[in-house]
Amino acid sequence: MMQLQGLYKTFNPGTPIENPALRGVNLDVGAGEFVTVIGSNGSGKSTTLNAISGDLLVDSGQILIDGKDVTRLNAWQRAGMVARVFQDPMAGTCEALSIEENLALAWQRGQRRGLGRAVRADLRALFRERLKDLNLGLEHRLSDRMGLLSGGQRQAVSLLMAALQPSRILLLDEHTAALDPRTADFVLQLTARIVAESKLTTMMVTHSMRQALDVGERTVMLHQGQVVLDVSGEERARMDVPDLLHMFEQVRGEKLADDALLLG
Amino acid sequence: MSMLSFMGALEIGLIFALVALGVWISFRVLDFPDLTADGSFPLGGAVAAVLIVMGYNPWLACVAAMVAGAAAGLLTGWLNVRLGILQLLASILTMIALYSINLRIMGAPNVPLLGEATVFSPFLGDNDSYWMQPLVLLVIILLVKLVLDWFFASQMGLALRATGANPRMARSQGIPTGRVVMGGMALSNALIALGGALYVQTQGGADVSMGLGTIVIGLAAVIIGETLMPSRSLFVITLATVVGAVLYRLFIALALEADFIGLKAQDLNLITAVLVAIALVLPRFKARWRKKPAKAAGPVAGGRS
Repeated sequence: MMQLQGLYKTFNPGTPIENPALRGVNLDVGAGEFVTVIGSNGSGKSTTLNAISGDLLVDSGQILIDGKDVTRLNAWQRAGMVARVFQDPMAGTCEALSIEENLALAWQRGQRRGLGRAVRADLRALFRERLKDLNLGLEHRLSDRMGLLSGGQRQAVSLLMAALQPSRILLLDEHTAALDPRTADFVLQLTARIVAESKLTTMMVTHSMRQALDVGERTVMLHQGQVVLDVSGEERARMDVPDLLHMFEQVRGEKLADDALLLG
Repeated sequence: MSMLSFMGALEIGLIFALVALGVWISFRVLDFPDLTADGSFPLGGAVAAVLIVMGYNPWLACVAAMVAGAAAGLLTGWLNVRLGILQLLASILTMIALYSINLRIMGAPNVPLLGEATVFSPFLGDNDSYWMQPLVLLVIILLVKLVLDWFFASQMGLALRATGANPRMARSQGIPTGRVVMGGMALSNALIALGGALYVQTQGGADVSMGLGTIVIGLAAVIIGETLMPSRSLFVITLATVVGAVLYRLFIALALEADFIGLKAQDLNLITAVLVAIALVLPRFKARWRKKPAKAAGPVAGGRS
């Protein structure tokens, strides 16, 4: 389904602030698989997601989606295959546009845009139906500006937008991190539901080990730009957060000192 | 104000409504501070004047002017998108280059159009030009406004608005933002050049220096429109822009006509700058006035600031 082969990416090469973010990331994700990605700050998890979405191009290595080499395609060219929800609720939607206009943009993700009306009556009915599923009362606020919604509501709409058109891969970049615990929980449950309904191949970056083990069916840990841990199935089902920490120490042969990873 | 000078102000105001709509697209929709207007307005005038003098149909001359303006906008967009030159600087480069190009096109610092057939000629009788010209312009401008309203409600138009509002999100929805910016800049400057083409046909000729301050007037019109008719509806926003352009010219005409102030025609640019400065600052003061009573309402209302 998706293969990442030997991805390398260095920021600011040849300068004092040179930062090798990816140092040979290899990952093979099967169709319909839900992978959670963890790692400390600077481990390369966001860079990996940006590399998959095309927001940045890797220095070397190959990215295959459905056997198609997309390594050199940029973000808008990959949009038909890759849907994305950002960490910042402001980033994934247009606050100046209405809810229905945002959904209309997502409805045409990866397609040619012509001179036909963007928000038609049939689409409006469809949007209303989908929004109703969220149970947030947004189905009555189609023409409201996106900027009027709360962070949680915006992330919920972002998820809806990501699932509006079939895509090969859904990328979730700490999309609950900016929300309060209750809203985060709601968005997470919604994520699980939408992913299951649409049978999406999903990669979710999270800062919480708890979340990483609870959601999805496979967990990958990145460290210093490489995949250092990859657990799934029985082995993963039996794991708890301390086990994950222990394994991490074993793999790296060093004591984990980053508090950020222990949180959650 | 006499009827004649009122109609004159209305006429120029309507022409500058096209400029204002173009400026609105670059500054407001695309969030692209674009000074190309000072070059694309006389470019449109130069192309139209030269073609009309050569005997071409004046409508065809207008279309040619729009194409030329679109090319100018495309150049600015390209300098920014593909070569990574800062938006403002890219547009200044195009503007400066256009000064030479306009002189080349005209072959002289000015091209008179006295006695030539213009787009207004078929509508003009012997003595009614003072109200017929503004009427023809009004029809043209309203048509342009409605076409823009329709365009911005289309899939392409929505993509353009998303590109200006949140380019990263637009890209993740598969919108080629670079191309969209170039296309939007072409559209913006095509409208401004059309304004230039109509301007020379009402003023009896093209002049190389006629573009001076175009961008400031366009921006003034946009801001006046926004201040007087704040709205989120596209239909109202484009209408407000047109109204702002007309009102602006009427203000100027009034300021120049009021003898007791002692202003003369040569003070035009100074008045423009002052008016734009006031229009730019006004919304901020308005917000401050609004905040004050909220603070007075008590600690609950004031808690967030």
